[in-house]
Amino acid sequence: MLYRVAGQFKTSYKADYALFPVRQDAWLLTFILLLAFVVFPMTANEFTFRALLIPVLIYSLAALGLNILTGYAGQLSLGTGAFMGVGAYACYKLVTIFPEMNIVVAIALSGFFSATVGMAFGLPSLRIKGFYLAIATLAAQFFLVWLFQKWAWLYNYNASGAIQVPNISMFGVPVAGPNAKAITQYYFVLGIVCVVTFFAINITRGRIGRIWKAVRDMDIAAELVGINLMKAKLLAFFVSSYIVGVAGALFVFLWRGAAEAELFDIQLSFRVLFIAIIGGLGSILGNFLGAILIVALPVLLGVVPRMFGLPISSAMVEHLNIMIIGALIITFLILEPHGLARYWQIIREKLIIWPFPH
Amino acid sequence: MNHQPATTQFATQDDGIAKGDVLLKVDNVSLAFGGVKAITNISFDVRKGEIRAIIGPNGAGKTSMLNVINGFYTPQEGTITFRGNERRAMKPHHAVRQGIARTFQNVALFKGMTTLENIMAGRSVHMTRNIGWQMLWRGPALAEEIEHREKVEEIIDFLEIEHIRRTPVGKLPYGLQKRVELGRALAMEPSLLLLDEPMAGMNLEEKEDMSRFIIDVNQQRGTTIALIEHDMGVVMDLSDRVVVLDYGKKIADGTPDAVKSDQAVIDAYLGVAH
Repeated sequence: MLYRVAGQFKTSYKADYALFPVRQDAWLLTFILLLAFVVFPMTANEFTFRALLIPVLIYSLAALGLNILTGYAGQLSLGTGAFMGVGAYACYKLVTIFPEMNIVVAIALSGFFSATVGMAFGLPSLRIKGFYLAIATLAAQFFLVWLFQKWAWLYNYNASGAIQVPNISMFGVPVAGPNAKAITQYYFVLGIVCVVTFFAINITRGRIGRIWKAVRDMDIAAELVGINLMKAKLLAFFVSSYIVGVAGALFVFLWRGAAEAELFDIQLSFRVLFIAIIGGLGSILGNFLGAILIVALPVLLGVVPRMFGLPISSAMVEHLNIMIIGALIITFLILEPHGLARYWQIIREKLIIWPFPH
Repeated sequence: MNHQPATTQFATQDDGIAKGDVLLKVDNVSLAFGGVKAITNISFDVRKGEIRAIIGPNGAGKTSMLNVINGFYTPQEGTITFRGNERRAMKPHHAVRQGIARTFQNVALFKGMTTLENIMAGRSVHMTRNIGWQMLWRGPALAEEIEHREKVEEIIDFLEIEHIRRTPVGKLPYGLQKRVELGRALAMEPSLLLLDEPMAGMNLEEKEDMSRFIIDVNQQRGTTIALIEHDMGVVMDLSDRVVVLDYGKKIADGTPDAVKSDQAVIDAYLGVAH
């Protein structure tokens, strides 16, 4: 009843192209942003930030990057973890070589490194498709992780072989490294995620998004409406890897604080892929929903039983987590292969006509 | 309502070629896949402003001919001259840029996208704003999007598919999908439109609608059309000239009446009324 589109007329195409043509959507977003920017920071403690809010945002961003490639442009990739690694290592080298560089600039630049690497590993997409392409990106995954281990210059010849985030301040406020406060880091990540998401929405609904979707849906027809397949695919790899790289830099600098090469192995790629698939391929919202499910559920499983006084061992939590996530993935994929985002779409459609069935 | 009839809105494609002059010329084209000869030494031309039909039995090389014209196949011999430019090999997206658009025998729409998006995708060639503006969705990018949206809405009006604007094309019935595909081809503003069996699988009413659209496109926009069709009634009514292929060879070329009474064509394809 609250969700009605009746009476909201568009008199120009400009109005039709507003970010949220339906007024209620804009209210909902305002509400969510209010939660994210005001309510959560005021109520959350250190643990909530570190275990829940920050990782959800970072994983959403990584899934968004992958979703652009897989969900919009239709190019399957299993190299996400490694591309995140490229972003993280690039950012590490940038801040250690140029210590006075602003961290935002360093993160933005490190995205270009992963974008370039992603584009190079995207070259096989010009000849091969689907699962075969996934195997080709798998090569990137293994090669890059091997490179992170063997190329000592990347981790500044550390004895441990890991990268350690130094203390970095922006405008006098520590944002990364051991001195940084969780709330600062949360705002930092939230800011970047909001900006990148805004850009991603715009790209995917404009000309470039249509080109990508055309390539995804039928590449031969796309070529015959005048789309240059090579450009479109490589651009998708570029943009996708850029966002994934930024997510990787945030992953290490604003969340983990330290990383070794194994952090970026195939497990991470799969995790991000699960988020994108469960959230919904070809949707922006889905990445956030998927990340909330995959990242937040294990945490809640550990916390909620204890809140009710149920004694539960951490091993038990781990096992429960694996079982429940596994069951959820299977259930969701059977019930709704288009992911959580499709549920939201269905709910919207039903709400608009509620209480009538048609 | 300030709704204008579609007739006044269509801009005629100006490609520097006067009506009646040769727009496309196919010279001695041969195409083979390994040992299979799909097309053998075919020459014909398409004049500006006409509707040219290509007919023939199954496997005669009609679709291969279209694929050669729009650059999807590269013929082993012969040349294609379009708007005065001679070529043999060409990437399909370059052919589109030169003004050749086509539809497919089996509907080849982007199934995950809405009608509106599909037709907008047809305008990709004419849109130029770079990714920087696209990211912001302000100023030039939005202006460009709106400008092209207006053109697309003209086409949507013309084809009478307003009601399915926001429907994913995968959900549409076959006849409407064919219409959306025609819309997407029109959105490219081609000077030569290639239609591969635009009426295949349609009922009588849908065929009549489609015929009317084809005639309107030809007359109002001045678009030259080359079409493949098996419905002889439609072909003979619509087309100005007909070329007949059989086993990859040209067996006749001329006005519908001349072709209809050609003995070779009757033997190979039309047959005689019993």
